[in-house]
Amino acid sequence: MAAMKKALPPRLVGLTFFRAVSTSSMGTLPKQVKIVEVGPRDGLQNEKNIVPTPVKIKLIDMLSEGGLSVIEATSFVSPKWVPQMADHTEVLKGIQKFPGINYPVLVPNLKGFETAVAAGAKEVAIFGAASELFTKKNINCSIEESFQRFDATLKAARSANIPVRGYISCVLGCPYEGKISPAKVAEVTKKLYSMGCYEISLGDTIGVGTPGIMKDMLSAVMQEVPPAALAVHCHDTYGQALANTLMALQMGVSVVDSSVAGLGGCPYAQGASGNLATEDLVYMLEGLGIHTGVNLQKVLEAGNFICQALNRKTGSKVAQATCKL
Amino acid sequence: MGNVPSAVKHCLSYQQLLREHLWIGDSVAGALDPAQETSQLPGLPEFVKIVEVGPRDGLQNEKVIVPTDTKIEFINRLSQTGLSVIEVTSFVSSKWVPQMADHTEVMKGIHQYPGVRYPVLTPNLQGFQRAVAAGATEISVFGAASESFSKKNINCSIEESMRKFEEVVKSARHMNIPARGYVSCALGCPYEGSITPQKVTEVSKRLYSMGCYEISLGDTIGVGTPGSMKRMLESVMKEIPPGALAVHCHDTYGQALANILTALQMGINVVDSAVSGLGGCPYANGASGNVATEDLIYMLNGLGLNTGVNLHKVMEAGDFICKAVNKTTNSKVAQASFNA
Repeated sequence: MAAMKKALPPRLVGLTFFRAVSTSSMGTLPKQVKIVEVGPRDGLQNEKNIVPTPVKIKLIDMLSEGGLSVIEATSFVSPKWVPQMADHTEVLKGIQKFPGINYPVLVPNLKGFETAVAAGAKEVAIFGAASELFTKKNINCSIEESFQRFDATLKAARSANIPVRGYISCVLGCPYEGKISPAKVAEVTKKLYSMGCYEISLGDTIGVGTPGIMKDMLSAVMQEVPPAALAVHCHDTYGQALANTLMALQMGVSVVDSSVAGLGGCPYAQGASGNLATEDLVYMLEGLGIHTGVNLQKVLEAGNFICQALNRKTGSKVAQATCKL
Repeated sequence: MGNVPSAVKHCLSYQQLLREHLWIGDSVAGALDPAQETSQLPGLPEFVKIVEVGPRDGLQNEKVIVPTDTKIEFINRLSQTGLSVIEVTSFVSSKWVPQMADHTEVMKGIHQYPGVRYPVLTPNLQGFQRAVAAGATEISVFGAASESFSKKNINCSIEESMRKFEEVVKSARHMNIPARGYVSCALGCPYEGSITPQKVTEVSKRLYSMGCYEISLGDTIGVGTPGSMKRMLESVMKEIPPGALAVHCHDTYGQALANILTALQMGINVVDSAVSGLGGCPYANGASGNVATEDLIYMLNGLGLNTGVNLHKVMEAGDFICKAVNKTTNSKVAQASFNA
């Protein structure tokens, strides 16, 4: 505890007064942020209790009324892997499709894509990773092989005029590999973008990132892909999500993924939290005067609804606080 | 998260994860492991002083009355983590704050480690005298930027409170005892709503000119966001040097770390926090309160900022006090690191 410190003795603090306070490092924030709501998919996928189909549909309908413009509805993955998403077709067919709102769905392969389109999907998402080991453990192939698989999906989507969003996992760290180089993230991002993904969501899958590392990663990626085509998907496992998101906004990113009520734990850290809560994100953006189009009150209601259905407490601090100003 | 089966458990043990990503490092040795990944953001201070308020601000807002011995043990553990400032207790009437009724015993009972400071709250001259008699060598006074809050909290106007504090701070300075000033409601008030940066500046300046060496600006109900933090600091920093300022952010709405990051970017390098995020919010039933020291350290370590604090040891102290008050930690780092 006799640590080396560089603190100034109290009476010398006056000297620091003359150091110019530069807020230029804070950047200019975007005037508008698009929130991609991933609660019904990423959130529910990581919840233990299986949610009945009508409940999923009601959740998505409530979110639609909340002013969100993108709501990830489900995942066309085999129920053997993700039992929570077994009702993907019923969910996609059952939800109200509000005009002006997109309902992308995850498609792990061509078969999933075709099933999704048959069920009425108008936008899809594919899932890559910046870590070889994670890719191997997750989808049992190398990053290069995963690109070949995605290629088939992307070609089919292009033919059908269906936009494709790309996700990259482990951009700030991997549960198997540890550190991930920003250069690797940039390489994978560039590849997905050039293959035809209109937007790439960069995911801090295990929430280990901190603002400096977020900045380094985005600096590398933005040399290859324009900021407008990027999104961040921060997990709050270590409580860093909002600070990391703020950094991304300062760097020019204007699309942020989040999950109502902070749904979804972390499969890599038992008992830990997962996604950034939409309510907490909206609270920050509103406080910053950034337009989102989202009605916080309605999102709180949707969060309350799903937490009751799941019999769990909300992961959103805004929802927990009942103090009204 | 792709198609990861939900059956996947901890694939890295807690120790390995912390070591490999190591946002942590053995700060006690004074050097971070060069193999770690950290990233220095330009414009940030090199060193951040953490003021640990768990034993006072934290416990004060916990329902369960903690036995004196436990408080002493808790503070002694914190003293061994590298923290250089630990707010010990409050010399307030036990009628108002029963949790702090044992202030004298705690102050006398803790082991005062060299290099660690142990400030105590002193709301008035009487409290100050008791504190000094009990061995206090640093004190704090608690003002507010809101008239309504001042009235409800300490039953007098801001002006009246400043006069009381002036007595305390003058006496303290006479005895060469440093005094820290707190300003509550710096980003919003539960009674008045929004608070102007100008008012915060006025109160801060008053406390600073009466002799407080440092002013801790508190987002008492956690309603602030990076925008309001920035505006408030811009105003205050016109009158008070950044080196004399600290931020005390509550995490009631999940905004604390984002607000702290903003403050760091503006040149602030003193941050208050409470181990395990102890202390709820008396104004929002069920809500959280202080920002957790563990989560703060995690961010600061990741930013490559020196704090002198050992995160492992703080987590252990947090585990100890949570068991003692029978509650789950509010620290996400602790939640993620200890197996559920």
